[in-house]
Amino acid sequence: MEKQSSSVVVRLLGSLVGYMRRFLFRFLSVGPIPRHMAFILDGNRRYARKWKMDDRMGYKVGFLALMRLMRCCHELGVKYITVYVFSIENFKRRPEEVQTVMELMLEKIEGLIKEEGILNQYGVRVEFAGNLKLLSEPVRIAAEKAMRVTAHNKSLVLVVAVAYTSTDEMAQAAQECCRDKADRGSQQQQLVELADVERHMYMAVAPDPEILLRTSGEKRLSNFLLWQTSNSVLYSPAALWPEVGLRHLVWAVLNFQRVQPYLHKRRNHLYLSTQQ
Amino acid sequence: MAEAIYQWSGLSIEKLVSSEPLPKNPAFTKSAMVSLQIKLGLPAPHLSNSLDLKQVPLPPRALSSSAKHPGEEAALLRESMPRHVAVIMDGNRRWARMRGLPVGSGYEAGLRALKRTVELSSNLGIRVLTVFAFSSDNWFRPKVEVDVLMALFDRGLREELQNLLSADVRISIIGDSSKLFNSLQALLANAIETTKKNSKLHLIIAVNYTGRSDVVQACQKVAAKVKDGVIEPGDIDEVVFERELGTNCTDFPHPDLLIRTSGELRVSNFLLWQLAHTELYFTDSLWPDFGEDEFLQALTSFQQRQRRFGC
Repeated sequence: MEKQSSSVVVRLLGSLVGYMRRFLFRFLSVGPIPRHMAFILDGNRRYARKWKMDDRMGYKVGFLALMRLMRCCHELGVKYITVYVFSIENFKRRPEEVQTVMELMLEKIEGLIKEEGILNQYGVRVEFAGNLKLLSEPVRIAAEKAMRVTAHNKSLVLVVAVAYTSTDEMAQAAQECCRDKADRGSQQQQLVELADVERHMYMAVAPDPEILLRTSGEKRLSNFLLWQTSNSVLYSPAALWPEVGLRHLVWAVLNFQRVQPYLHKRRNHLYLSTQQ
Repeated sequence: MAEAIYQWSGLSIEKLVSSEPLPKNPAFTKSAMVSLQIKLGLPAPHLSNSLDLKQVPLPPRALSSSAKHPGEEAALLRESMPRHVAVIMDGNRRWARMRGLPVGSGYEAGLRALKRTVELSSNLGIRVLTVFAFSSDNWFRPKVEVDVLMALFDRGLREELQNLLSADVRISIIGDSSKLFNSLQALLANAIETTKKNSKLHLIIAVNYTGRSDVVQACQKVAAKVKDGVIEPGDIDEVVFERELGTNCTDFPHPDLLIRTSGELRVSNFLLWQLAHTELYFTDSLWPDFGEDEFLQALTSFQQRQRRFGC
C-alpha cells in the first residue's frame, strides 16, 4: 500500500517536473531556438575518478546524460544535434581505453536501433560523421546499420562524430573535390568553390550549428567542427559531461538569443553582398 | 501564456544573461599586477602613443619557479609562454559609443591597444602575434566606417614602420589584400619586404581575411597541383593541405592562445584550421581597454590550463 502511494507520488512529481520543463521551453520559444546544437562530451573519465568508478562506468553515465539532453533538445524543438564521441586523436590513448569506448559504442548502437528503442520512439535519424574506415569492422557495420534503420525518422537528426577530426574532414573534402573535378573533365580550369568544399564534408548532413557546448570548463575546440562553428556561440560550463543538465541547455540558448539578432543581420548582409 | 509572461516581466535577454564577471582573484588586482610586472622586469603601466620597444631584459630568476607557496600570487613562467598568440580585437565601436565619441576614435584607441600588445608580446618572448584587423565579413559595415579604418591602417603603418624595423619585428599579411586601395597595398608590400629579415616577433596582420576563404584557397592550390600532376588526389592529407594555408609564412602556424575581447563568445571565422588545439580566452574588456593587466591575466589563465591534444 505504501509502495503504491509512493510510486503515485513519484509519478505525480515526475509529471509536475515535466510540465514545468515544457512551460520553460514555451517561454524560451518566444525567442529564436537554435536549429542545430553541437556538444563536446568532455569529462567522463574525470567524473569516474571523482566518484571512484572505473572509466567504463563514467562513459555509461555519460551516455545517460546524452539521452537526457537529446530528449530535452527534442522537446525544445532543436532539429539537429551533433555529439563529439570519439576523435581520431583519441586513438592515441591507451589501447584498453580505446577498446572500452568501442565496445560500449557497439553495445549502445545495437540497443538504440531496436524497434522499441529511444531513436524510433522519438523519431530520431542517426548519422555517423567521420572517417569510418578507421573503426573496427563490427562498430562500422553497426553504425551503417543504424543509419539505414533510422533513415525514415524525421523529428530530430543525431549526428555522431566518431573517428572524426575537422582537419581530417577538410583534407578529405579537398581530396574528394579534386577527384570530382578530375572526373568531370580535367581539360578546363575547374575552380574549387566554397560550396564544393562544404558539399564533400562529413558534416554536410546538417547545417552549421548555432551553439557549441563543451563541458568540463575547457575552452578549446579540440579539432571539432572548426569549419562549421565559425560563427557559433561557444559555451563552456564547468560541469563534467555526465553532470550536464537542463540549466546548461537553457543558459546556452539564452546566450544564443542575445546575439542572434546581430548574427542574423550579418548573415543577411553577407548574403546580399554575394548576390551583387 | 508564456508569451504574456515574457512581455509582462519586462525581461530582456540582456538582463537575464549578464556578462560573466571576471573571477575576483586577489592575484589580479592592479597592485598585484604591478608587482608582477616588476618581477618580470617590465616597464610600469603607461599609455604610450608611440611604439617604444626598448629591450627590457627578462632574467630567468625574475620569474617564479613552478613550486607555489601559499599566499603567493600566480606568476608567469617564461618556459610556458605561448609561442603564438592570436587576438580578435573586438569592441572598438562599442568603446566609442559608450563615450559618445565617433567610431574613428574607437579605432584610434584600438590602434594604441595594439601597439601596447605588440610591445608586451615582444618583451615576453612571444614569437608570433596574429591579429584580426579586418574580416572579409566586415565589408558590410557602413562605407564611411570602412574608409576610416583603412585610412587609420595606412597612417598607423606609415608612422610605426621605422619603430617596428628597429624593434626587430617582422610583418606579414594574410588575407586577400588585392581588394585594398593601391597605396595601402604598396605600403603593405614594402613593410613585408623591409621587415622580412627581422626575427624577434612575427606580427601577422589578417586583413580581408576569413578562415573559410583561407581553407578554400588552400583547396584551390592543392587542386591546381593535382591538375598539374605534381600530386595525386590520394596524396592529399593534412600536412599537404596545411602547407597551402596563409599561415605557412611562419614556423608556428597554430596559435597556442586565442584572445577575444568584448565578451563575445565566438571565433567569427578567424583561423579555423589553425585553431584545432588552441586555448580560447574570452574577456569582457573592450579592445581599446585591453592593456597589460588584461594581457597578463590571459597569459596566466593559459599557463594554468592542461592541454591534452586528444589524449
